[in-house]
Formats: sequence, structure tokens, C-alpha cells
Amino acid sequence: MMKKLLAFVFAAFLASSVFAQEAPDALIQQVTEEVLDIIRKDKDIQNGNTQKAIDLVEKKVLPHFNFPRMTALAVGKDWRKATGTQQQQLVGEFKTLLVRTYSNALTGYKNQKIVYKPFKMAAGETDVLVRTEVLQPGSKPVQLDYSLEKIEAGWKVYDVTIAGISLVTNYRDQFGQEVRNGGIDGLVASLVAKNKSLESNLAKADKK
Amino acid sequence: MTGMCRALKLCAIRQLVMGGLLLAAFGGTAWAEGNPRDPYEGFNRTMFSANEVIDKYAAKPVAQVYDKATPLPVKAGVGNFFGNVGDLWIGVNSALQGKFGDAGIDLGRLAINSTVGIFGLFDVASELGLEKHEEDFGQTMAVWGVGDGGYLFWPIIGPRTLRDTGGWVVDSYVDPVWRARPISARNSMVALRFVDIRASLLPADKVVEEAALDKYAYIRDAYLQRRRNQIFDGRPPRLDD
Repeated sequence: MMKKLLAFVFAAFLASSVFAQEAPDALIQQVTEEVLDIIRKDKDIQNGNTQKAIDLVEKKVLPHFNFPRMTALAVGKDWRKATGTQQQQLVGEFKTLLVRTYSNALTGYKNQKIVYKPFKMAAGETDVLVRTEVLQPGSKPVQLDYSLEKIEAGWKVYDVTIAGISLVTNYRDQFGQEVRNGGIDGLVASLVAKNKSLESNLAKADKK
Repeated sequence: MTGMCRALKLCAIRQLVMGGLLLAAFGGTAWAEGNPRDPYEGFNRTMFSANEVIDKYAAKPVAQVYDKATPLPVKAGVGNFFGNVGDLWIGVNSALQGKFGDAGIDLGRLAINSTVGIFGLFDVASELGLEKHEEDFGQTMAVWGVGDGGYLFWPIIGPRTLRDTGGWVVDSYVDPVWRARPISARNSMVALRFVDIRASLLPADKVVEEAALDKYAYIRDAYLQRRRNQIFDGRPPRLDD
């Protein structure tokens, strides 16, 4: 009995560590295909139901993102000036903003295909770039790259780059400007205000 | 000087550039604490606001009508046609940057798409695996070691660094579309290409509106990142965080 239990625990341990060590390119491919599959079948999302797209992103995509790291990257050198509470506020608001705006982009899905570029990784590497390309009929392919870092919980995305534009560091100058004008609290306040205005737009759109 | 000015367009562009620089020189001081990559921010923000108005009342509505009224195959054909016209100059720029393999691909694309692809309406070369490149004279100058020279925002033309404004003048000067005759045909083609490009940006509009705290800065930083990516052909060295 004890032997069986041990074997089970050992197997579970093995399985979990295999999961945690899943290759970053395989992770990106699996999550992308899963999400696209859902969108292809979901007429509501295709017709612009942002709330449904947000729910999908929160359920399927967010667990693979490292938002504290993303926020720290976006804020840059001012990050260390922020207190623990302020950092938490920033992470929360930035997450809301990114999820809102880019879930919306998912509703524009029209038969695009994703090509996964060849991926090589040295043993023991903990910071990698997974490169993909979005193909759409009648337009040039768009480069879509994910930066991932390996932390205890496994590989987590900390930056997404579209056509060379980092969605995270593209905020750095805007955030820096807000901090110069109103300190960290000023930045938190303008993110809160931005998210509120997006929320009310969403509510208006739902009424239509 | 007058010889170069014979092409009225080039003359107008030069005046615009010179005027812009002068304005920028005076306007720039107002933003003392600003971004080192955006030394002419005062001037740029003024131009950006002007462009927002032009876009809202002219460019965007026209692009929206074009986007709705034109079937996808036609839109693809239009994009492919102008893409094909550009491949020769792209090939020249690949060669000027020492990328002779790429230059060969660019010319191969031109040959295939102009013939099998029926005057470039179909991008057969991409189907055959000859990938399209993005090159222009601004990138060539960057590879040669010319620095950005600061960010500029032009009405209608949009964002360009100082170097890329110069590059754009050269690109336009050799552009077969600008050289097409009769003038009426040239004007229609220039207008169609403009509308086609604007229409291709429509999906991005909403994302930018929603994502940006400061739309001007969001577009500026996106442009600068994208240019850097183009100059390094999609593999820019990492910047230290």
C-alpha cells in the first residue's frame, strides 16, 4: 500500500515538474491554438462582444503572464520609488488596461493564421524569445514575439512585441511623464481614470 | 538649386522640411524636461493635433468608405500592386545595405509578380516562399551609420525621424508612382495608395485610442520601436531595462 502511494506521489511529482518545465515555445503554441479555437467557434466574440473576449483572456491567457514583472518593466526606474501598496495598485490597474485593450483586438479576428518560428534554447536558459508570425489574407505577415522568463511557477510571459513594438515598454515614457507630473500616485490615478472611461464605454456598447 | 527644384513636389517638400526645422528650433525649447529622442516636441504636438483634425474629417472617413465598399480580393490586389511597384527600390536598398541575397529575392519577386502575378495584382512570389522585405532609404542611411536626428511628426505623412524624413524625400523622388504620367493618373494612384494604407491602419485605431494614456506619445514611441525593428530586420539587439 505504502509502496503504491509512494509511486503515485512520485508520478504526480514527475508530472508536475514536467508541466512546469514545458518548453516555452510549446506553451505559446498550445495557448494560442486553444484561444483561437475558441474564438473561431464563438460568434459573439467575432461580432465584437468585448466582455466575452475579456473573460476568455482572463481564463486562458492571464495565468501565463507575469504582471508584476510587466508593470515593473513599463514603469522603469520609477518602480523602485513606489511603495509595496503603490506597486500592487499599479500592477492591478495596468493589468486591467492591457486586458481591456487587447481583448478588444481579439474581436477583430478574421481567419488569421499563426506561424511558429523555429525555436532553439540552450540548456538552463531562463529568459527566452518565442517568435511567431500572424498571416492574414491580403496583407504582409506581422511579427508577434513573446518574451518569457522561467520562474518557480514555470514559464511566464513578461512582454509581447507586435511588429517590433513592445506593448509593455511602449508605456515607459507615458508613465514617466505621469510620475514627473504627479508622482507615483498621479500615475495610479491616471490609470484608474483611464480604466473607468474604458469601463463606461464598454457599458455603453453593451446597451446598444 | 533650381534644377533640383524643377520637380515642384520636391520643392514643396524641401520648404516643408526647412520650415519645420525652423519652427522646431523655436518650438522645442518649451519642453525643456521632455524626451531626448523628441527634441521638437512642441512643434510635433502642434502638427499632431492638426493631423488629427485632417484625419478625422478627411482621411479616415474616406478610408472607411473604401474599406467597406471594396471587396477583399480587390483590396488585396491594390495592396499587392503597390507592393510590387515598391520591390525594385526595396531591392536597391537591400543591395546598398550589403544584403545581396535579399536584393536577389526582391528582384525575383518583382520579376515573378509582374509577369505570373499579372502586373503585381497577385503576390505569387510570397506563395512560392520569396518573402517580402521592408526596406527604404532611411533604413539604408541608418545602416550606414546616420543617427535618427530626432523625432518629427508631419501632417498627412505622419511620424518620421529627421533622418527618415530625408529618406522619405529620396524614396518619393525615385518612386515610380510619383513618376507615372499623365498627371491625372499619377494623382489617382497616389490618392489610392494613401487611402489603401490608411484603411490598413483602421483596425489599429481603436487599440491605440483605448491603450494610450497620451496618444501622441504612444504613437511616437511605437513608431520609434518599429523603425528600430525594421532597421535591424526584425532582430534588434536587446536594450537594457
